[in-house]
Amino acid sequence: MGFSLFNYWVVILLMMAGFYTVIASGNLVKKIVGLNIFQTSVFIMYISIGKVFGGSVPILAANTDLYSNPLPHVLILTAIVVGVATTSLALSLAIRIREAYGTVEENDILEISRREDDEE
Amino acid sequence: MTIGHLPALQVVIPLLAAPVCFLLGRWPRLAWLLASAVAWTTLVIAIGLWLQVREGGTISYAFGGWAPPWGIEYAVDRLNVLVLLIVSGIAAVIFSGSWESVRQEIPESRQALLFTNLLLCLAGLLGITITGDAFNLFVLLEISSLSTYALISLGRDRRALTASFQYLIMGTIGATFILIGVGILYMLTGTLNMADLAHRLGGLQGSRAMHTAYGFLVIGIGLKLAMFPLHLWLPNAYAYAPSVVSAFIAATATKVAVYVMVRYLYTVFGPEFAFSAMYVQWLFIPVGIIAVLFTSIVALFQHDIKRMLAYSSVAQIGYMLVGIGLVNVTGLTGALLHVFNHALMKGALFLALAAICFRIGNPRIENIRGIARQMPWTMAAFVGGGLSLIGVPLTAGFISKWYLILAAVERGWWPVVAVVVIASLIAVIYVWRVVEAAYLHPRPEDAETVAEAPPALLAVTWALVLANVWFGVNPGLVTSLASGAAEALFGGYLP
Amino acid sequence: MTTEALLVTALLLPLAGGLCIILTGRQPNLREACTLVTSGLLCLAVITMLFRVLDGARPEYILVEMLPGLAIHFEVEPLGMLFATIAAVLWPINSVYSIGYMRGNKEKNQTRFYFFFAVAIFGAMGVAFAGNLVTLFLCYEVLTLSTFPLVAHKGNDAARDGGRVYLGILLATSIGLLLPAIVWTWNVAGTVTFTAGGILADRLAGPALTVLALMYLLGIGKAAVMPVHRWLPAAMVAPTPVSALLHAVAVVKAGVFSVVKVTVYILGIDHVAGAPGIHWLLWLAGFTVIVASLVALRQDNLKKRLAYSTVSQLSYVVLGTMLLAPISIVGAALHILAHAFGKITLFFAAGSIYTSSKKTEVSQLDGIARRMPWTMTAFAIGALSMIGVPPAAGFVSKWYLLTGAIEAEQLVAVGVIVVSTLLNAAYFVPIIYVAFFRRESSESMLTYGEAPWPVVAAVCATAAITVSLFLFPGLALELVHRIPT
Repeated sequence: MGFSLFNYWVVILLMMAGFYTVIASGNLVKKIVGLNIFQTSVFIMYISIGKVFGGSVPILAANTDLYSNPLPHVLILTAIVVGVATTSLALSLAIRIREAYGTVEENDILEISRREDDEE
Repeated sequence: MTIGHLPALQVVIPLLAAPVCFLLGRWPRLAWLLASAVAWTTLVIAIGLWLQVREGGTISYAFGGWAPPWGIEYAVDRLNVLVLLIVSGIAAVIFSGSWESVRQEIPESRQALLFTNLLLCLAGLLGITITGDAFNLFVLLEISSLSTYALISLGRDRRALTASFQYLIMGTIGATFILIGVGILYMLTGTLNMADLAHRLGGLQGSRAMHTAYGFLVIGIGLKLAMFPLHLWLPNAYAYAPSVVSAFIAATATKVAVYVMVRYLYTVFGPEFAFSAMYVQWLFIPVGIIAVLFTSIVALFQHDIKRMLAYSSVAQIGYMLVGIGLVNVTGLTGALLHVFNHALMKGALFLALAAICFRIGNPRIENIRGIARQMPWTMAAFVGGGLSLIGVPLTAGFISKWYLILAAVERGWWPVVAVVVIASLIAVIYVWRVVEAAYLHPRPEDAETVAEAPPALLAVTWALVLANVWFGVNPGLVTSLASGAAEALFGGYLP
Repeated sequence: MTTEALLVTALLLPLAGGLCIILTGRQPNLREACTLVTSGLLCLAVITMLFRVLDGARPEYILVEMLPGLAIHFEVEPLGMLFATIAAVLWPINSVYSIGYMRGNKEKNQTRFYFFFAVAIFGAMGVAFAGNLVTLFLCYEVLTLSTFPLVAHKGNDAARDGGRVYLGILLATSIGLLLPAIVWTWNVAGTVTFTAGGILADRLAGPALTVLALMYLLGIGKAAVMPVHRWLPAAMVAPTPVSALLHAVAVVKAGVFSVVKVTVYILGIDHVAGAPGIHWLLWLAGFTVIVASLVALRQDNLKKRLAYSTVSQLSYVVLGTMLLAPISIVGAALHILAHAFGKITLFFAAGSIYTSSKKTEVSQLDGIARRMPWTMTAFAIGALSMIGVPPAAGFVSKWYLLTGAIEAEQLVAVGVIVVSTLLNAAYFVPIIYVAFFRRESSESMLTYGEAPWPVVAAVCATAAITVSLFLFPGLALELVHRIPT
């Protein structure tokens, strides 16, 4: 049983790794990388559940009546697009933050913000 | 012909208008006019849908002619038509009054981008509300979220960037949780259509996977609706976004998330599973109560009025969670009414604040001393919105709190009644701080003299203030819609 | 005009007047004319309505019905008519006085002052004519909020602090206790309409009823029963006309009026008399009467002394109500009337003294009666009314209260009334004594005489009414005997 569910273990491993990076890393770019890994794990989950053992590519052909489920793959195409959009937006925000604060380290930014708050 | 396509047009029109708006980059004023016109169109469509739902019950629209459950279905019932009306109505009002404020706060090269993003956000929010497909909901949620991140980052203060980034991280985690939940549900049932999901999940009550999906969805949506303690992204996001954006997202985004929560709990999982098997009320009641009390108190200590209102929003979401957690028709009606009324009151308050920002820049309490003499109409509007926030009779805020209190009394949960009352008292204090500063302190000697806000901004602010009064005096229209929706959602389930 | 139209007119007139006051704010004479005309018309409308109500008319008017059974609903009954008449009769007199006082003291922001005054009168009319608890609550809050700018009128730190205490206590009690009490009532009775005989019979009994009664008593903070009385002394930072009309008449009377009204028309006196421990409420009122009198004894500031005297006198009304006997309810209603005219006379006199001599402390009043004979004579009449000595209106109401206490065999209440009468005498008689019989101290050789004529005229008018209420109590008695106890 354990081995047949190995795809879920991969998903959980990636998910936790990504999640940990998002939380633990102080560098904004590393956070984005973590977020990407986190999202990718979900993509893999979707893709793997679409696989039907012994099934062929989902193209109508003679002599085949077992196909893999194409729907999760299609869904995940959309999700990948969303993920790319998120990543690009996050990266451009990181660039803007770097321009505005001169750093992409969360601690430094917090320090600067705190000083600003005190001044007000 | 067109009438039949209204559900699709509701989302497609703002979605298609967005790139056109972007092409108008050099003529930001035209972009604004287009955005406003589109927003009003969506309101008209929403009213059209409401009229249909009122007469003929639920509308089901098969996107592209692919029949559900295979194709994407847009389904309109009394629950989401209420939310459609709020979102499109608020958008129409806020977009039309936004020009002066945007022109002042945003550099000219980015003004059209702002309107593009507002339209995308509107399309996303309307889409989330109208869609009957779980995965489509995720995509539209991301459309609205991504455009919101971009909108927040347009704020003048550089802290807007970090606020936006923080929201992006938390929002994406929330959305991914939702995606996981939807994935597991798909694995279990092989369908993404909500009605079909509900039907098939009925036979899977004990499944561990279903419990997991449920957990991921509740937490994911909880992040989006700023459920305490997942609200950390919200105060900064509202505080540093451009004034108009604050007004729009404060009035709509979290409300739509509350709708999604209600939709999943009641329609997809069903009240039987959500309340009798998963006891979600024992999450919502304590979390809601803590949110109401704790963030109200935090709001008391804010110097920035925008942040104060942002914390107050988290508290108001607490009321909605409490309303859901009471698990009776009156409570859910109260929560839905509060979704509607809170949109009106926060819209009015944030617009009044936008008018103040327009003249004095930084809306800190020290800066607005004595301003009521120079901006009497703006401050009067703020007081009107504030009264509704407190829940004074004859304002909309009273109606929803009345239902919430009645629901708590029905359950015999007097402490909940006490919490609602105490939090209203705290609201009196934080609204009062602003009133006292604006009305009772003299304007400092060195402060510049300011004029009243531009008429367009004032007009839309007052439109929302008067809406607060109107729906406080004549709540019948909304209460019948909300209680009808609540009864339908419970569908005979008794706790 | 139909009686219904009169009712709507009485409610709208103060608001219309307020609007005129804002519009004519630039021309003080025109603005004051607005106040006078409006108050005169209101007085006329209310008195016309009074006679119709005496003939048995019970006009009602429903503005909107927000939710089924939850409406903004006005209905006139004898008790409300009494309160409305007091407020409407005193508004024109007080307006004359205000004009003299505000101009004499060169106060700022007079337009705001007159505007909120008119709104406050609207609130008082609304409270008087409210047909259900929700309307009462709403108008009660209008009264609270509209009087705040009047209390904090001076705009300095002391005024703001006083205003904060005022608003804080009144809002906290009304939202924290009165509103939940209303919701509770709604929940058990399914209605909140004022009904003769109460609406809670067969629906709520036992200790819960006592708790509800206590929530009403303390939730109506304007009745100033200890321990929620602190706002009244704090409100004394206001200009004197405000203290006079609002804190001797409109606001505080709205409080005790609401207590009486809720007891008679919601709790039902026969029904609530059976609640266990209800006599504790009586004792709380008695305690307030005595303790507030003792505190008043120690105040040197004249207005503060009057304020604590008000706290004590208001609890007479509560005491009369909580005796829960028909005759004591009559006494309570009469005391609302008698105290209103007596106390406004005292406040007018205090303001008159301040306007002409700038004196605020009791210890400065030696021999002042020689310079201000009219004012001090009126003061003496007001004080006699407070003590309950003929020929002043206070005697009549105390008579009924005492009779009620004896009939109800509440010896504690009898004792409270007797002891407090002595205390009242102890803090008023010395003022009269020093003012009339002691020589003026030599250092204060400032020359001053009577206050401006509008001020003196108003003082004399209210003093005259106080006496005539003793001589001709027929009309008032006829009205209060119609309260369906």
